[in-house]
This record gives sequence, structure tokens and C-alpha cells, in this order.
Amino acid sequence: MPGSKEIRTKIKSVQNTRKITKAMEMVAASKMRKAQERMRAARPYSEKIRRLAANLSQANVTEYRHAFLSRGEVAEVKRVGLIVVTTDKGLCGGLNTNVLRQALSSMRQWQAGGVTDIQVTCIGNKGLGFMQRAGAKVISHVTHLGDTPHLDKLVGPVKVMIDAFRNGELDAVHLAYTRFINTMKQEPVIEPLLPLSGERMGTPDRSWDYLYEPDAQVVIDELLLRYVEALIYQGVAENMASEQSARMVAMKAATDNAGSVIKELQLIYNKARQAAITKEISEIVGGAAAIAG
Amino acid sequence: MAMTIHVDVVSAEESIFSGLAEFVVLPGEAGELGIMPGHMPLMTRIKPGAVRIKRQDGSEELIFVASGLLEVQPGLITVLADTAIRGHDLDEARALESRKAAQEAMANRASTMDYGRAQAELAEAAAQLAAIDRLRKRRH
Repeated sequence: MPGSKEIRTKIKSVQNTRKITKAMEMVAASKMRKAQERMRAARPYSEKIRRLAANLSQANVTEYRHAFLSRGEVAEVKRVGLIVVTTDKGLCGGLNTNVLRQALSSMRQWQAGGVTDIQVTCIGNKGLGFMQRAGAKVISHVTHLGDTPHLDKLVGPVKVMIDAFRNGELDAVHLAYTRFINTMKQEPVIEPLLPLSGERMGTPDRSWDYLYEPDAQVVIDELLLRYVEALIYQGVAENMASEQSARMVAMKAATDNAGSVIKELQLIYNKARQAAITKEISEIVGGAAAIAG
Repeated sequence: MAMTIHVDVVSAEESIFSGLAEFVVLPGEAGELGIMPGHMPLMTRIKPGAVRIKRQDGSEELIFVASGLLEVQPGLITVLADTAIRGHDLDEARALESRKAAQEAMANRASTMDYGRAQAELAEAAAQLAAIDRLRKRRH
């Protein structure tokens, strides 16, 4: 009976694939819980530092104006920096594709709007590969962050971008990542990061006249640097939670698909087997009839 | 009853301590700081060291922090602890390393690009095959 052996092997192989996708789904589900916890754990810090930055931005209008704060009247934006947060690994549905597509369309828009230079910092392997292929100017990157994002690894690559802004080589810096809304829904976003906007920091509850030690400039420098890093860290943490949820959903879909493929193949296999049996019987009957006749 | 002040110790990766205290000792950059409720607003850097928090019931909490920032309001102390070991030179070295890696990647673009392109082409071919397959199925 031709074909039935092949079908059987095919069913076996799809069954194995289903086992793998099922396992990946469960791994992603457990990692997702952890990633969400981590994302939540990072919130108090960013909340606190946001409030502090808001207090400062109000309290220090006269004393010292930091380079990160918006420079009064909006000058024409000519050079833009973009920090793209993606995952290191694939198999997580359209997560990376969506954020990269949005990044690319924003870059086109900026170019159409008179931006002459776009510099990119890539966090995550997928974005790095994409940006290099697209011919973007990648000034720094970090990959293989693992399952827990550590600020340690982000500091260097991010500093390259922040320094460029501080030295006036860039007029604005944006952050692209996938925002975690819930397990089923993640949304690619591009947010302006620098210069820091007042509305994002919110209005302070009360303006304090702080005592600075050793002096205002040093403390404000440190604080705003940490604020920017906290924003990026939050983005990375959200991206990781999004990654695991997207992977879980994608793997669930793959498992379901494998199930329906197996069902279909099983049907074909049964039909082929039945056809072979029928053929055999008719041969036997035909043979018997010939002898009897 | 003694006066208390609210203390929050947070790092970028987690919230370490949150609660009321009577007295807090911190390793400020200019020297040890002892802060009691009603302290005047202060903002300073802190050095790596131990933060000692004396609770209302007299028990003490000892937290080790790497450097960070401290904000004091009359009723609130916020310690923003760093998770990474920081320092101007260290940050600079990290940035330099990262910049170098990026430049190298740019220089070696050919090799990575070939791999990337191959991957893209493979994905495209696979998508085409799948489409053809679907078309065939529909025809039957």
C-alpha cells in the first residue's frame, strides 16, 4: 500500500512538533508570570524617581537647567536617536515584526520631515539584525539579556546614546518597545524619551526647596540620568513580559494547528488503509469467482 | 508616642523596604547622615554602605545599598538604590566597550548581513511554498 507508511511517519513528526510547542508554551507561561512580577517590581522605583524629577524640574528653573530638560523653544529637529527594544529569540508571533515595522515607518516619517541623521541603539538580537540589514546607523547595541533584565548591561549602550544627546549630536531621542497591556494584548509604541517633557513627569505635589549635597548640579545630573535609565529599564521589563505572553499565545496556536494537522493526516491515512483493504477484498473475490467459474 | 517618618528604599529592580521609622542612618556622600522626622528637605548622593532604619518598636532594619540617591522631605525619606555598581570611569568604560562593539559589528557587516539575508530569503521562500500549498488545496 503506497503512501501509508509516509503518512504514518508524517503523523509521528507532527506529533513530535506538537510536543515541543506544547512544552514551549508551558515554559513561556511560567516565565511570563515571573516577567510580569519583575515588571511590577520595577514600578515603585520609576514612580518615585518620576516624582523626584518632577519636583526638581519645578524647583530649579532658575538655579540650573539640565541638558535633558527641554530647551525652551522647540528648535528644528534634525538629528534623531532611536532606542529599539526587541527580543533576543524568535517564535513569539508578530511581536518584533510589529515594533520594527513601526520603528521603520517612524524613521521614514522623520526623514520625510527633514531629519538628516538617525542613530540607533539596539537592545535585543532581533532588532540588531533588522537594523543592520536595513542599513541604519547602529551606534551601540546589547544582546543576550537573558530572562532577567539587569540595568548593569544596559548602562553602557544607553550611555552612548545619552552622551550623544548631551553633546548636542542629537536633537531628540525616542524609545521603541512593546508595551504590555495584558496577556493577550501587547502594543508596539514609540515614545519620546529626550528631551524630558514636563507633562510626562507630571506636576509635583509641592515644590520643595532642597538642600543639595555636594551641590545641585551633581545631584540633578545623577538623578536625571537615573530617571532616563529607569524609563528605558521599564521599557525593557515590559518588553520581556510582552515577549513571554506573545510566545505563549503563539505556541498555543502552533499546538492547536499541529492538532488539526494530525487529525487531517489521520483521516487521509484511514482512507488510504480502507482503500487498500477494499482493493484486496475485491481481488480475492475476483480470483475466487474466476476459479469457481 | 514618638514621631515617625515614612521610609521607602527602592531599587530599579525591586522595592526593598517601605514603612515607618523613628530614626534612619544613611551613608551620605559627605559623611554619615542621621535623619529624624521633620528633617529639612535634602537631596544628596549616597555611598555604598548600610542603611540603618530604627522602627517604632525599637527593632532595627539593616539594608546594604550600593550607591544611589537620597531624598528627604519632612515626612518622607526616599532612597533610590542603584542595582549596578556605578562610577564615572566604570560607566565610561561600559559605553566605550559598547561603542567599539557596534563599530566592529558595522565593519563585519558583510558576514552578519549574509546570514540575515539568507534568513529573510528562507522565510520568504517558506511563505511562498505555504501559499502555493494553500492554493493547491483550494483547487481540489
